[in-house]
Amino acid sequence: MFILKILVRNAFRHKLRTFLTILGITVAILAFGLLRTFINAWYGGVEASSASRLITRNSLSLIFFLPLSYKDKIRQVDGVKTVSWGNWFGGIYVDEKHFFANFAVDAKSYLDLYPEYILTPEEETAFLRDRKGFVAGRKLAKRFGWKIGDTVTLRGTIYPGNWDFVLRGIYRGRDESIDETQFFFHWDYLNESLKKTTPSRADQVGWYMVGVSHPDLTPEVSLAIDRLFKNSIAETLTETEKAFQLSFIAMSEAILIAIELVSFVVIIIIIAVVANTMSMTYRERIGEYAIFKTLGYRGWRIAGMILGESMVITGIGSFWGILLTFPVARYAGKILSNYFPVFKVPAEAIYMEIVASFIVGILAAIVPTWRAIRIRIADGLRRID
Amino acid sequence: MGIPLSYSFRNLWTRRLTTVLTALGMALVVFVFSAMLMLAEGLRKTLVETGSSDNVVIIRKSSATEVQSGVDRYQASIVETQPEIAIGQDGMPLLAKEMVVIISLSRRDNGGEGYITTRGIGKSSIHLRPQVRLVEGRLPNPGSHEILVGKSVAERFKGAGLGETLRFGMREWKVVGIFDAGNTGFKSEIWGDADQLMQTFRRIVYSSILFKLRDPSRFEEVKRRIESDPRLTLEAKRENQYYAEQSKMMVTFLRILGTSLTIIFSLGAIIGAMITMYAAVSTRTAEIGTMRALGFKRLSILTAFLFEALLLGLIGGCMGLFFASFLRFLTVSTMNFQTFSELVFDFILTFDIAWKALSFSLIMGFVGGVLPAVRAARMNIIESLRST
Repeated sequence: MFILKILVRNAFRHKLRTFLTILGITVAILAFGLLRTFINAWYGGVEASSASRLITRNSLSLIFFLPLSYKDKIRQVDGVKTVSWGNWFGGIYVDEKHFFANFAVDAKSYLDLYPEYILTPEEETAFLRDRKGFVAGRKLAKRFGWKIGDTVTLRGTIYPGNWDFVLRGIYRGRDESIDETQFFFHWDYLNESLKKTTPSRADQVGWYMVGVSHPDLTPEVSLAIDRLFKNSIAETLTETEKAFQLSFIAMSEAILIAIELVSFVVIIIIIAVVANTMSMTYRERIGEYAIFKTLGYRGWRIAGMILGESMVITGIGSFWGILLTFPVARYAGKILSNYFPVFKVPAEAIYMEIVASFIVGILAAIVPTWRAIRIRIADGLRRID
Repeated sequence: MGIPLSYSFRNLWTRRLTTVLTALGMALVVFVFSAMLMLAEGLRKTLVETGSSDNVVIIRKSSATEVQSGVDRYQASIVETQPEIAIGQDGMPLLAKEMVVIISLSRRDNGGEGYITTRGIGKSSIHLRPQVRLVEGRLPNPGSHEILVGKSVAERFKGAGLGETLRFGMREWKVVGIFDAGNTGFKSEIWGDADQLMQTFRRIVYSSILFKLRDPSRFEEVKRRIESDPRLTLEAKRENQYYAEQSKMMVTFLRILGTSLTIIFSLGAIIGAMITMYAAVSTRTAEIGTMRALGFKRLSILTAFLFEALLLGLIGGCMGLFFASFLRFLTVSTMNFQTFSELVFDFILTFDIAWKALSFSLIMGFVGGVLPAVRAARMNIIESLRST
């Protein structure tokens, strides 16, 4: 306890400098935590994916369709429980700035396959009964102030024209990791309209979602599905929902790596700042250290004092930084909600912040500690700064 | 004035460790700052150079990209007869009816997926894009299963090198040529015969029509005619405009990211500079008193310390810029979610960026140094002389 008191007293001998250093550490640790949260948000969809769902898509790429007739063939594969399908609609609400994901799905099977989207039974029946109905996530409905029964018009980019939908349900996510900003409607509405306007584009499915009876069966089932359509005009690629999501993230990994690097740069910056403070502290107290040595204190005791002081300063700064991470992340999440539907501080971000603060505290004290250990008493007493 | 300045300069040298540490903090901030600017510049340059303002892209109304668009043959033949279209050396209009799809290829390095724009080209497609240049092999024969591959695709994707074959759409496609397209987006594309590719992908419509204007100033005229023709459901855009719109989201994203990172990081560095300068002032109280006693004005003291802070910032700025200049050797490839395909661009260092980065470092030095310098200038002679 006595030692701690000395360390804290020493740390606050230069109030202004210590205050500035602490402020710097707080900002840096906060920035570090936010960047980690940001990286985590990219992986948001992966976390929410289920192990027993497969995605079947055209092996050429996602922009190519699969025939609707595949649904019955996929259903016949051993181990397949549910088959649902959907198309990316890519509609625009008002203008491009109001972007959100919107797609057409086979409603009944989709809701069966995705129990994490929770609708009340009344809403579900209302949605299933109305072919022009749609369901929106809680956050999306809140963002535009939509209420049940409202008509929403989307301008199609892939499917031309203005499309009217009626809001029949607002879903909630089962937990925080579920995206609550989606918009989905009846695939039949899209398909029947296409049959009238452009029959050549009807009965085409963007991707199939396949529910497997047991997670262990996914490798065999996905191989079996792809084997069915080998050497056909529309070959398929089936993978787990997780692999599907990860393949998207991998495509923009350059940006992720850059952000990751930058998050470490901020730590290096703060190490430089704290190391600077510590080396100045050391320089001012050379005389004192020499006196300590004269009194018979060993080098490691003095080293401990410097290291301890560095840890006290970083500790206080990091504490505030970690504490501030939560409110600031919540605020940032609100701003970025269009880009990242799920933006919350993950536990590992906090662990990394703690580890980072220890590293800062130790590395910043290395040079002054090393010098203090090596200082010769006569030199220390002679030197005036 | 000379003495306070050289005094400041020599102080930085005497306290080397502190100087280096403070400058290092600033250097890293300048590094991040200029890296972001270089990235944005690279992206901008790629977009600007990809399109030409003499060319016009025709796509279906309200489709944002070529991939979403569809132009049927009847509509294409109407567009083909517009009088504003330039005529090539062979007497044919400089116009290409193209088909654009995206296919997935696996990467050479880790087998990961990449979405590559694949363009079915017409006879004039290459003439319409002067940036595109054949570097290896030959042009594909029209009507054959031969493809031309952009340089960055050939380097990075399996089966896309010269002489190799790619398999898609139940056919083998032989790579007969590699093309370079400077800083444009075309170097991450695959080109093949439009009719063959349409057959392969079971497409009955073109994606877009590209043509060169006889006179660039007549764009508005042709745009109005095409967009008001009741037989057409098309819209016309200048090519450079079209490409700029395609990566609006990306540019905005990078700008927001860059700005917020720089602001947060510069806070840290400014604090570092402040600590250093406050320490510089407090350890030299007696020296400041001496200088004042010798007759140096408050203003000289203020200038000396500000100069010291600015010098510190400049050192950091030069260091940061030096490291950032090595980024020019890096190429970034990432997914553009607006077009759903790969976009490749480089870091580009311009004089403008170097200038911005250095002035940014000076600003950081100034902000960090101004309060300590004011404190130094306001010191009382007697009291400061008394302190040891």
